[in-house]
Amino acid sequence: MGFKHKDIIALKDLSKDEIELLISTAENMREINSRDIKKVPTLRGKTIINLFYESSTRTRTSFEIAGKRLSADTVNITASTSSATKGETLLDTAKNLEAMKPDIVVMRHAVSGSHYFLAKRLSCSIINAGDGAHEHPSQGLLDMLTIKDRYGRLDGLKVAIVGDITHSRVARSDIAGFTMMGSRVFLAGPPTMMPPGVERLGNVTVCATMKEAIQDADVIIMLRIQQERQGKTLIPNTREYSRYYGLNPENLKWAKPDAMVMHPGPINRGVELSSYVADGANSHVLKQVENGVAVRMAMLYHVSGGTLVTE
Amino acid sequence: MNLLIQGGRVIDPSQGIDEVLDILVENGAVKELGKGVKAPSGTETIDASGLIVTPGLIDMHVHLRDPGHEYKEDIVSGTKAAAAGGFTSVACMPNTKPVNDNKAVTSYIIAKAKAEGSVNVFPVGSITQGSKGELLSEMGELKESGCVAVSDDGHPVTNSELMRRALEYAKGMGIMVISHAEDLSLVGAGVMNEGFVSTELGLKGIPWAAEDAATARDVYLAEFTDSPLHIAHVSTKGSLRIIRNAKARGVKVTCETAPHYFSLTDDAVRGYDTNAKMNPPLRTADDVTAVKEALKDGTIDAIATDHAPHHIDEKDLEFNEALNGIVGLETSLTLSLRLVEEGVLTLPVLVDKMACNPAKILGIDRGTLKPGSVADITVIDPKATWTVDADKLASKSKNSPFLGWEVKGAAAFTIVGGKVVYKR
Repeated sequence: MGFKHKDIIALKDLSKDEIELLISTAENMREINSRDIKKVPTLRGKTIINLFYESSTRTRTSFEIAGKRLSADTVNITASTSSATKGETLLDTAKNLEAMKPDIVVMRHAVSGSHYFLAKRLSCSIINAGDGAHEHPSQGLLDMLTIKDRYGRLDGLKVAIVGDITHSRVARSDIAGFTMMGSRVFLAGPPTMMPPGVERLGNVTVCATMKEAIQDADVIIMLRIQQERQGKTLIPNTREYSRYYGLNPENLKWAKPDAMVMHPGPINRGVELSSYVADGANSHVLKQVENGVAVRMAMLYHVSGGTLVTE
Repeated sequence: MNLLIQGGRVIDPSQGIDEVLDILVENGAVKELGKGVKAPSGTETIDASGLIVTPGLIDMHVHLRDPGHEYKEDIVSGTKAAAAGGFTSVACMPNTKPVNDNKAVTSYIIAKAKAEGSVNVFPVGSITQGSKGELLSEMGELKESGCVAVSDDGHPVTNSELMRRALEYAKGMGIMVISHAEDLSLVGAGVMNEGFVSTELGLKGIPWAAEDAATARDVYLAEFTDSPLHIAHVSTKGSLRIIRNAKARGVKVTCETAPHYFSLTDDAVRGYDTNAKMNPPLRTADDVTAVKEALKDGTIDAIATDHAPHHIDEKDLEFNEALNGIVGLETSLTLSLRLVEEGVLTLPVLVDKMACNPAKILGIDRGTLKPGSVADITVIDPKATWTVDADKLASKSKNSPFLGWEVKGAAAFTIVGGKVVYKR
């Protein structure tokens, strides 16, 4: 099957087949990343703009590397250097960029839904690199790929997602993707970080305690406490948070012995994850980062509608 | 000029009238109601057969944006929109620039409306100076200059002590306080109703408790001070329960809702449509049901629009950045008539909520067709079908979630002081 979307904004907008296609394409892309010369001409002549209104290291770099490995010309714009600081509206910025004829705009923006806003108005492809607390589809895809690497499948697995669900775009993409692929998703976190009606987002179970969520889990995804994003009213402090919702070698024993531990990064060490777990045998955090490049190559490739040339 | 409105179904709850009658208007006042009314020769006649004739509709909650934000709306365009919507009077909120907290602004609004407006304009002054919530405004002078109520609409009076004093002071001056009931600390950075839809869209929610908690405080302060209080744009089940209980205890509280709160739910925000962004936010189906029940049982006294024009540049933005509010003057009547179609309200009760009660609450000599009263009359064509079209709205702004809706029922004639100011 082919990929029919101009844009990739949310995993919940994609079908199971489309998600499988993106993951299997990413599996193929990985071969390119292991070569000596990590470059194919697939997107030669295409221009990709990475428009980042929020700070980011791994996602922006990962998209940039993904574009370059496919031979696209990539340009990075960050909010602090853009005309947004001069009061230009998002729409004007985008229209001006479009006048320069990019093929793909990869955007991160703090406002949920801003990608839909742009996609409706621009003819080039839009890829969501994170919008507010809505979705982060490339993260969802790389999480799925990383789990598939380990278990060879996604269906029937018990996946626990722990932490600030309310403010997490990663959680929303993961929930959409995992439940579509047949995983069972269990959520845990302080009630102040659990959004209303979340169990209706694709049949997930909200657990009262972290133990309930990670008991016998195959996968544990720990979310970052976004200290910069949330107000000060949600938790008393990180000390108590880590005591009840942090993952350490002791409570990791509740999960299956070889359970995968994942984290979208950057990690607040000692808060969500103790360093023993973050750097331990169960951790797949760096594998996630590695898979991120392949997944983003697959996304760029499919929205550009090109032919995969690997010679 | 004289006018004879012939053979319409006259509905005037102020006199308990609902029958086919003629109305004779002479020198801007209602002269006679009856069957087979004879008019002097030369009297202009409106054939109202098949139409509904009511006291002129009154919208007790609009924003005319004049002075200060005339690029969104002004007194001329806003009152034209009112006339097109069947309204003969509007009460305009004080969040102009400068804020209507003094005689100069009130007088400007009244003078401009008299000279250039299509309908009557009754200004609402602010509760506090500059609507800053710090010092009481000069309510005595505001009333003397022509203000019919005071409100810091758009902003709650957050300081409970100040709200208490405002209610006491206003009572002494014989002017009513209209409360914008919202607990800002609960609202935080919220941009839509908090619930499943906000969870799915990843937008920061505003809990219903933000409205309920503030409504409860203001109702208790009204009870404590024994002062009349009107709660603006009520949208939640909980607030309505609080108001219903208070009314049963004899508290002098009245309230209004707006057509969008009985026509839409927060589902309308899906797709991040900024025309569905308003304050209070669109709520759930449960709240819509509660609003309809409260309209039916009389807990809600009036239907007002909270007509809030915004320029396209203020709405065509990322959801969080867009301003709150929608235009409502030209869709209020047709949306409200759906309540009659659905069997929620009878036509006379609807007229009560759109004409008689607003006049009573504001204490203005309107909302009746009693002989001798000012001839402010709305003639409604209940069968007219039309499409809400941005290009045809008289308002300068087009921020409506109802654009494209096929609707039924419209004002056929709007008559102010015996003069036809709008004809469909």
